[in-house]
Amino acid sequence: MKVLVCVKQTFDTEAKIELKDGKISDAGINLIINPYDEVAVEGGIQLKEKGIAKEVVVVSAGSDKAMDAIRTALAMGADRGILVKQDTAADEYARACALAEVIKGESPDIVLAGHVAADDGSSQVPTRIAEILGFPHVNVITAVEIAGGKATCTSEADGGTQVTEVSLPAVISSQVSWNEPRYPSMKGIMAAKKKPVSTVDAAAVANKVAIVSVALPPSKQAGIKIEDEPAVVGAKLADWMLNTVKVEVK
Amino acid sequence: MAGTWVIVEQKGGNIRKVTYEMLSEAKKWGDEVSAVVFGQGVEALAPEFAKFGADKVYVVEGDIFANYNTGAYVAQLAAMINEYQPNAIIFAHTFNGRDFASRLAQKLEAGLATDVIKANVSAGKGVFTRSIYAGKALAEVEVATVPVLATIRAGVMELAESAGAGAVVKPAIAASAADVYQVVKDFIPTVSARPELTEADVVVSGGRGCKGPEGIKLVEQLADMLGAALGGSRASIDSGWLGHELQVGQTGKVVNPNLYIACGISGAIQHLAGMSSSKFIACINTDTEAPIFNVSDFGVVGDLFKVIPVVCSELKK
Ligand SMILES: Cc1cc2nc3c(=O)[nH]c(=O)nc-3n(C[C@H](O)[C@H](O)[C@H](O)COP(=O)(O)OP(=O)(O)OC[C@H]3O[C@@H](n4cnc5c(N)ncnc54)[C@H](O)[C@@H]3O)c2cc1C
Ligand SMILES: Nc1ncnc2c1ncn2[C@@H]1O[C@H](COP(=O)(O)O)[C@@H](O)[C@H]1O
Repeated sequence: MKVLVCVKQTFDTEAKIELKDGKISDAGINLIINPYDEVAVEGGIQLKEKGIAKEVVVVSAGSDKAMDAIRTALAMGADRGILVKQDTAADEYARACALAEVIKGESPDIVLAGHVAADDGSSQVPTRIAEILGFPHVNVITAVEIAGGKATCTSEADGGTQVTEVSLPAVISSQVSWNEPRYPSMKGIMAAKKKPVSTVDAAAVANKVAIVSVALPPSKQAGIKIEDEPAVVGAKLADWMLNTVKVEVK
Repeated sequence: MAGTWVIVEQKGGNIRKVTYEMLSEAKKWGDEVSAVVFGQGVEALAPEFAKFGADKVYVVEGDIFANYNTGAYVAQLAAMINEYQPNAIIFAHTFNGRDFASRLAQKLEAGLATDVIKANVSAGKGVFTRSIYAGKALAEVEVATVPVLATIRAGVMELAESAGAGAVVKPAIAASAADVYQVVKDFIPTVSARPELTEADVVVSGGRGCKGPEGIKLVEQLADMLGAALGGSRASIDSGWLGHELQVGQTGKVVNPNLYIACGISGAIQHLAGMSSSKFIACINTDTEAPIFNVSDFGVVGDLFKVIPVVCSELKK
């Protein structure tokens, strides 16, 4: 069984966002694998360790820099990488088209992805890929069992937890609580240097969504800060809640 | 091309508040507004949508629509779009809403703006504000395809009642069991008497500073006095003091309540991503340097084990 994992390179979640010429600047920013995708990579590797998967291939669409994300995934234990060279301004539609094209050529049994990218926050690409390929999909999974050509996924749902079965090949996107991604070992990092990575150009597809402008949100001002005996601060906080916020007490 | 469609979020006849928020918002766009409700036995809900201005209510009923499933819902909605040609369709940015909208958008080879916090739509042109980089930046995007598609974050659009005709329309059923490719084996509802995080007016959250179930109990006490939802930081979820569905932050839920009270939470950037757009923020923390104070309207430097009981007894008065 072949597992393919979509990894997006994103800003470190601690990164401070700054604008330059009306765009988000990546100067001095530490780039990482999108945290959810790291979980997907770990999930893929575990399927291999359990003997369910034979090969774990990671695919990333982006600039040459995304090679680092691929190497990190290889150092964790993935077998092979594909860099799909694409303008990082590609929207979800264009990215899904580019990734789906490559995935089609690989004929995987399972496509893993993160359920959302920490940078654009859009939660679209895995579902779009599934639609293009005509695969079923399940999003935001916290566990999966693979058996008999089917994936049984436990996922977060509105108002509860859901268990869904789909037949393979399928697209599955991860929630962080699925697993705890491993750190690449020194041996893994050395081995990753020798693992094969191919590079392809993305299919030229026009965006369907245009970015009009990017801005920083109005910064929230710190308000009142008080320090005193619990009886005093507690009473003041209750008073603020009742008279300024106007909460209702049940 | 005409009209805005609001996709209703309901389960077992319980309509999510975000549905009304979307209807109220769509009403401002000056186009005819319709609610589209999928389910079984949901026609009776139509008057509820009329109260928030729905001119029409498309009722899609059938066994295969009883619970959300991507395949049948997408096939049905795509056929309806073809028949009625709406200008814009908005979904809630819930697990189901974003799943539905994404698969539909790709089927139509269309653009989609997700997790929208501000909208400006007129005659088939849609410009939306989205928060990106976990709330650290805002992007204004234009969806260049028609119908304009977007998912709307809960709690950001203002509710406004207005009478609509609510005329029931029953579109032809175009989806069949063959369109269903996900088999739901089980659904385990989260049992809680408290409101859900993303829908609550007040959210009270506990972090590592609660030190264990005892501290969490105090936070729950305060939450219940305010009819609030309970939330937590990743530290308290990872420690097993709270269920994972209660995590607030970048990898948890984004909340927009009127009041957010952070108890024993330091205010890490990933936590702020989930709550910093709350209208009012209060915190209780022993460390005067904790970053949570930088976003708090009312910060208390103090021990939550001593302060919360005082707050509760003062509120009771
Ligand atoms: C990729 C990624 C994603 C993440 N996503 C999330 C997320 O979605 N949500 C999230 O919350 N975190 C997230 N985190 C984790 C985040 O970085 C922090 O580690 C976490 O928020 C810390 O939780 P905390 O504030 O409860 O704990 P701490 O940072 O340990 O803070 C505890 C606070 O309690 C105070 N305190 C101690 N005793 C008392 C007392 N008696 N009374 C009052 N105050 C007291 C302390 O002064 C301290 O400020 C993420 C991290 C990463 C890397
Ligand atoms: N450029 C990309 N390269 C590889 N995978 C991607 C890319 N963009 C999105 N994905 C995958 O799709 C998931 C959701 O991304 P998004 O729809 O952008 O929120 C990510 O977690 C990745 O797994």
